[in-house]
Amino acid sequence: MTATEVTPVGAAAPEHIPYELPRPARWGGTGLLLAVLVLFPLVFPNPAVTSIGVFTMIYLTAACGWNIFSGYSGYISIGHAAYYGIGQYTVALLAMHLKVPAGWDTFGLLPAAGLVSAVAAVPIGFLLLRVRKHTFIVLTIAVMFILQLLAFNLTSWTNGSGGLELPIATWQGSFFNEPFYYVGLVAAVAACAVSWWVRRSKYGLGLLSIRDDEDRARGLGIRATRTKLTAYAISAFFVGVAGGLYGPFVGSVYPQFGFDPNFDLAVAVLVFVGGIGTLAGPVIGTLLLIPLQQYFYLQFGNANLYLIAYGVLFVIILRLLPAGIAPSIIRMWRWFLLNRRRAAAAAAAGAGAPGPAAVVAAEAKQVKP
Amino acid sequence: MSILQVSDVSKSYGGIRALAGCTMTFEEGAINGLIGPNGSGKTTLFNVISGYERADAGRVTFRGTDITNARPDRVFEMGLGRTFQITRIFPRLTVLENLHVASQRKGFLGQLRGWNSAAERRRAMEVLDFVGLTPLADEWAGGLSYGQQKLLEFAFIIVARPSVILLDEPAGGVNPTLLRSLADRIRALNADGVTFVIVEHDMEFVMGLCDRVLVMHQGCALTAGAPEQVRADPDVLEAYLGTDMKGTG
Amino acid sequence: MVILQAIIDGILVGGFYALMACGLTLVFGVMEIVNFAQGILVVLGAYLSYALYSHLRVDPFLSLLITIPGMFLVGIAVYWTMIKPIGQDRVIMSLLTMFAVGTIIEGILDLVFTSNLVQTSTSYENSSLRVGPLIFPYVYLYAFAMSAVLLGGLYLLLYRTRFGRSLRAAMQNTTAARLVGINTDWVSAFTLGIGVGLAAAGGMVFGLTNSFDAASSYDLISRLLAIVIFGGFGSLGGALIASIVMLVIEDVVAVVWSPTWGQTTFYIVLIIILLLRPQGLMGRRAVRAQ
Repeated sequence: MTATEVTPVGAAAPEHIPYELPRPARWGGTGLLLAVLVLFPLVFPNPAVTSIGVFTMIYLTAACGWNIFSGYSGYISIGHAAYYGIGQYTVALLAMHLKVPAGWDTFGLLPAAGLVSAVAAVPIGFLLLRVRKHTFIVLTIAVMFILQLLAFNLTSWTNGSGGLELPIATWQGSFFNEPFYYVGLVAAVAACAVSWWVRRSKYGLGLLSIRDDEDRARGLGIRATRTKLTAYAISAFFVGVAGGLYGPFVGSVYPQFGFDPNFDLAVAVLVFVGGIGTLAGPVIGTLLLIPLQQYFYLQFGNANLYLIAYGVLFVIILRLLPAGIAPSIIRMWRWFLLNRRRAAAAAAAGAGAPGPAAVVAAEAKQVKP
Repeated sequence: MSILQVSDVSKSYGGIRALAGCTMTFEEGAINGLIGPNGSGKTTLFNVISGYERADAGRVTFRGTDITNARPDRVFEMGLGRTFQITRIFPRLTVLENLHVASQRKGFLGQLRGWNSAAERRRAMEVLDFVGLTPLADEWAGGLSYGQQKLLEFAFIIVARPSVILLDEPAGGVNPTLLRSLADRIRALNADGVTFVIVEHDMEFVMGLCDRVLVMHQGCALTAGAPEQVRADPDVLEAYLGTDMKGTG
Repeated sequence: MVILQAIIDGILVGGFYALMACGLTLVFGVMEIVNFAQGILVVLGAYLSYALYSHLRVDPFLSLLITIPGMFLVGIAVYWTMIKPIGQDRVIMSLLTMFAVGTIIEGILDLVFTSNLVQTSTSYENSSLRVGPLIFPYVYLYAFAMSAVLLGGLYLLLYRTRFGRSLRAAMQNTTAARLVGINTDWVSAFTLGIGVGLAAAGGMVFGLTNSFDAASSYDLISRLLAIVIFGGFGSLGGALIASIVMLVIEDVVAVVWSPTWGQTTFYIVLIIILLLRPQGLMGRRAVRAQ
C-alpha cells in the first residue's frame, strides 16, 4: 500500500497544518478592518487626510479587481488603465449628455462606468487571450496606448487633450471628501467580496487551475477561454468603477491621466507587494502603500520620486518576496504551529509517545508551499 | 466492440511525419497496450485523440461520435481522460482541489457555488482512498513526491468517471511496489468497465496487465493481438531491434 | 508625389527604428525576456548624445563611440544584477523587472533633465539632399547609413563569428547550448549589452530628429513592441521588415489623412496581424509542451 510512502512505520500521520489562518482570526480581522475603515473619516476629519482615504479606496477597488484576473489566472495585465480611462470617460460623457447634476447623482453613474468597461473588455480580451502569456502582457500595454491615442484623436467626443470637465459637487469644503470615501468603500468592499466569492467557487477553481497549467486544465474539462474572459471582464468592471470615482473627485478627465501607465505600475506594485493571487494581498498592499505614496506626494510634490520609489520597491519585491506579504505571513504562522507541535512532541517523548525525530520525519513529507 | 477508433490519421511536424495513415481500434472494456519503438508516434497519437494536437488528416471516433480535432475539454467531458508522460498536476492547489478541478458540474449556477459540495467531496475522498492518498488531502500538490504526483494525476482523471483512460507511460520512473499497486488499481477499474489504453516501454508491465497489445511503428499500426502473440511476432522484433532508423526523433 | 516622399521618409525613419527593434527582438530571442526598458534606454541614449553635444560639442554621430560602449556595459550590468538572479518564472518575472527598471531610469532622467523638451540640434540638421522634387534630409541619410552599417555588423557578428554561433545556439535551445559548453550567462549578458547598445544608437538619432523628454519613452516602447510583435518575437529579419513597413504606413497615413491618425495606424496594423497571424510575420508558432 502506498500509505507506507506517506507515514513512517510506527507513527500516526501527523496532524495537517492548515494553509490559512484560523477562521476566527480571518473573520475577526476582516470585521475589525471594516470597522476601522468605516470610522476612519469620523476620527480624522482633516480633508487632507480624508483625501488620502479616497485615493486609497479608489486604488483598493482597482487592485482587488485587477487581482481577480491577473492574480487568479496568472495572466499579468499591465494595461488595465485602459478600463480606468474608459470608466472616467464614461462618467464624464454621461454626466455631460444626460445633464447629471453634481453631487450624489454622479455616483449613480458608477455602475455604468463599470459595465461599459466590462463590455469593452470582452472583445479586447478575446483578442488578447489568444496569445502566449508574455505576448499577452505586452499587448495589454499596447491596447492601453491605443485607447489613449483614441482619446487624444476623437476630439469630437473626448475633446482630445483639452479634456472633459465634470460637475463639481457643491458640498462644503470640509465635507467634500466623505461621500467619495464612503462610496469608494462600498465599491472596494464589493470588489473584495467578489474576489472572495470567486476564490471559493467552482469557477474560481477553474481559473486557478489555468494559472498552474492551462493545458492540463483543458484536458480536465475547463473551458479556458471562457473562464479567462469572464475574469477579465469582471476585473475591467471594478477598474472602470474606480475610474468612475476618480473623475468626479478630481473634477476633470484627460487622456493622459485616464489612460495612465503610472496607474498600471501602481496597481501592479500594490498587489505584488501584498501578495498576488491571494485574497488579502491587494488589501494589504493598498492599505500600506497608497497612504505612503499620497503622503510623499503631498510633502515633496515631486512625481519623479514616486516613479523611482515605486520602481525600486517593485524590483525589491520581485527579487526578495515575489509572493508578497500575505503568503509570508501564512508561512510564519505555519512555522509557529510546526514549532509548537515539535515542542509538544518533545514533551510527550518523556511519556513514551513517538519522539520528535519521528514527528519531524513525518513532517518532512508535509512540505511548505 | 470497439469504443475508440483511429482511421487513417496523419500528423506531421514540419518535415517529420509523426503519424502516417494510422488506423487502429481499441476494444471496449479491455486493457489495451500500445507499444512501439521510440519515435513511432505513440504520444502524438494520444495528443491527437485527446484533442491536444490537430490531425492533418483522418478521423478519430469515440463511442460512435466523431471527435476529430475536438477541443480537449470537450473530449474529457465525453468521457475520455489522459495522463501525460511527464506528470502534470496543479502544484499550487491542494490535493483535494486538484481532484475537484476535474469534477464536472452542469450549468451556469453550478459554477457559482463553492467548489467543495458534499457529493463531490465524498467522491473525491473515495478516489483518494482508492489511490491511497487520503492523508495528503489538504497538502500542497507541489510538495508531493514523484510517485504521489503520478497517483494524483491518475486520481483526478478517475474522479469524473471516464469510460476510456489513456495512460502515457505510467510506469516511468516508478518503484516496483507502486507499480504493482498501480496495476491493481487499473485492474479494479477495468473490472468496473473502464477501458484503458496504456503506452509503455516496460514489457513486463504491459504483458502482465494488458488483454490486447497493439504495436506502432513509424507512425502507423504494425500489428495487434494477444500479448503472447505479439511478443513472438517477428515483425515486432524487427521493428524494435531492426536496423532502419527512419522516422525516429 | 507627396506619397512617394512619405514612403521615402518612412523608409529612412524605419531604418533607425530597426536598430531599436532589433535590439528588442534579439534579447527576446536569446533570453525570452521582453525588455520593457528599451524605450527609456533609447531616451537615455538620446540624452547622453544630447548632453555630449550641448556641453562638449561632440558631434552626435561621433558621440556613439562613447555612448554605445557605455550603454553596452550598462546592459551587461543590468543582466548580472537584475536578470540572472531570477529563479522561477523567468519570462514573466524578467518582464516585470525590466518594467520596474525602466520606471526607475525614467524617474532619474526626469529628475536630472526635468520635463523640458529638448532636441539635439546640429548645424547640418536642416540641410537636405534634393533629388528632383524629393527631399532627403542629411540627418536621416546619415542615420540610415549608420543603421545599415550597424545592422550589417550585427549580421556578421551573428553569422560569421563563434560568438554569433553560440548566440544563435542559445536562441534555439538554451539547455542544449549549455550542454555543448556554451556559457549561456555571458552570451545572455552580451546580448542584452548589444540590445542596449543598439538602443543607444537609435536614441542618438531619435534625439536628433525629435524633441523629447523622459515621458517620450512610453510612445517609443509601445511602437517598438508593436513592431516586434508584428515582425515576430525573436526574428531579426522580421523586426527589420516590420520597422520599415510600419513606419512607411504611418507616414503615408499621416500625409494622406492626419498625423495623429498616423500614430494610431501602428496599433491598427498590430491588431490586424494578431487576428490573422498571432505569431507575427516571421515568428515561430507557439509549440505546446508535450
